[in-house]
Amino acid sequence: MGGFSAAVLRIEVRRLLRNRRTLIFSLVMPAMFFLIFGLNSAYASQRAGRGNVSAFIMISMALYGAVLATTSGGAMVSVERAAGWSRQLRVTPLSPVAYIAIKMLTSLVLGLASVAVVYGAGILTHKPAMPAYVWVATALCVWIGSLLFAAFGLFVGYLLPSENVMQLIGFSLMLFSFGGGLFIPLSQFSPALRTMAAFTPLYGLNQLVHYPLVGGALEWSWVLNLIAWLVIFVAGAVWRFRRDTARV
Amino acid sequence: MERDGWPPPGSAEHASVGPLLAVDLRGVHKSFGAVRAVRGIDLAIRAGEVVAVLGPNGAGKTTTIDMILGLSRPSAGEVEVYGMAPHQAVSRGLLSAVMQNGGLLKDLTVGETVQYIALLFAASRPVEEVLERAGIAAIASRMVGKCSGGEQQRLRFAMALLCDPELLILDEPTQGMDVEGRRDFWSSIRQDAARGRTILFATHYLEEADAYADRIVLMREGEIVADGTAAEVKSLASGRTVRATMAGADVAALRDLPGVDSVEVRGDTILIHSADTDSVARYLLNETGAHDIEITARGLEEAFLALTVDGPAAGSGYTDGSGASLDAVADGSFTRDRSSR
Repeated sequence: MGGFSAAVLRIEVRRLLRNRRTLIFSLVMPAMFFLIFGLNSAYASQRAGRGNVSAFIMISMALYGAVLATTSGGAMVSVERAAGWSRQLRVTPLSPVAYIAIKMLTSLVLGLASVAVVYGAGILTHKPAMPAYVWVATALCVWIGSLLFAAFGLFVGYLLPSENVMQLIGFSLMLFSFGGGLFIPLSQFSPALRTMAAFTPLYGLNQLVHYPLVGGALEWSWVLNLIAWLVIFVAGAVWRFRRDTARV
Repeated sequence: MERDGWPPPGSAEHASVGPLLAVDLRGVHKSFGAVRAVRGIDLAIRAGEVVAVLGPNGAGKTTTIDMILGLSRPSAGEVEVYGMAPHQAVSRGLLSAVMQNGGLLKDLTVGETVQYIALLFAASRPVEEVLERAGIAAIASRMVGKCSGGEQQRLRFAMALLCDPELLILDEPTQGMDVEGRRDFWSSIRQDAARGRTILFATHYLEEADAYADRIVLMREGEIVADGTAAEVKSLASGRTVRATMAGADVAALRDLPGVDSVEVRGDTILIHSADTDSVARYLLNETGAHDIEITARGLEEAFLALTVDGPAAGSGYTDGSGASLDAVADGSFTRDRSSR
């Protein structure tokens, strides 16, 4: 992992924090959504598995924020390619794999911040209720799971020019979030829509991150969905990455 | 021989590179589909040389540099830098480059950018030192996006100095800079070259090649058409002109002298253009009554045009302006150079 270091990561995170748009979309908006949708006084009394509905919604919003954060982090490669930065890095000892590792880790730092802000809002408002270990378990699941979307971000980042990439990410993640049941419970969808939703990339992950709260039977279709999309995004990212770094 | 606390390039961290050639290109071809960007070039650069690769746009300069940097692979032929593959030389910090444009992130500060690159090298010069050397220490906290073109170029130069490379490559380093910026930039490079660093730069500013390089490699349509000192390249292209005053010159005899390619008579003045002006002068002095003999070299500009432009425009100077290829060559930079000369 030539050239990889914590100090590089620090500069990358500082860079991310300078991007107001990224901050608003991945840190402020998910917390605001939680404050708007998750604080209904009925939700605090309504049970959801080991906790209440407010906690359920908090987890959904944290996931939304985290995937926005990691996708944006991954998609930074698009901007860096356009700026010729990737080319510049190729005349340094930094290996392409280390470069990707830096992007992934930077994404994870922003993803963690996003989860922390939403969970922080949950703690401050006293509405979400669930056992302490479920707070920790769900937060970890959301954070680690969001790595799936760092791969998605890398894929679209390598695929698209930088002018279009953020718009596409915002739009597609909104769509995926509806499909995954992050905004509206899938039980309110028509059966046909529900079947379709089960094939979208956030479906499996969303079910799995809520699992520590909801409990019950673990369905293999969720795991299958997650693995399938992981394979698709990683394969796509690797394919484009290889093309990009090939010395033609 | 330390100056400003800077050891000579590559003195400590790098393994001895001994008498190896800094750059060794052998029979290098590069094609992009049907486009043959580089058509079989051989180029050997010894350590310590300051070499300019000169040529019009599309001559294959950047393609050649990309192959030396390991950014692209030749379609045929060998590329070696200090006896190894370019990417190995890059990862050992033997070689670094100032890119033509881009290569910078707008949302980092100047200092952060240099620090970032410094972190990627196992051994690098201190950031402050490099900023100082490139003359941008005062703007270290400025965002890259707010820097002028000249400042950004100095930043690229600072980045390239970090690994204290044996060989520094600059691709059109002063493009888009004003005259003063160019002069300042080159004085930094010159100071650096004085320490013994090998420097290879591509340019289409003739003046830069003439003023700063020990050796000029002239490229045209993917081939090297001339390689030597500025003086050699000038004579190679066009020879020199002997001007003498002489009544009733024997034009036919003059034409028969070795190397002569044109004889022009203007009244009592005769102009003889030859690759071997010494013989012409000797002949004139020994065999004729010619006097007021004057030998003048043509400029590098004429040499450049003679060697890089096809057809009737060749050798006749850029003012001709008729050929399409000539326009491509001229590209604005000629007129600028000429006026500042």
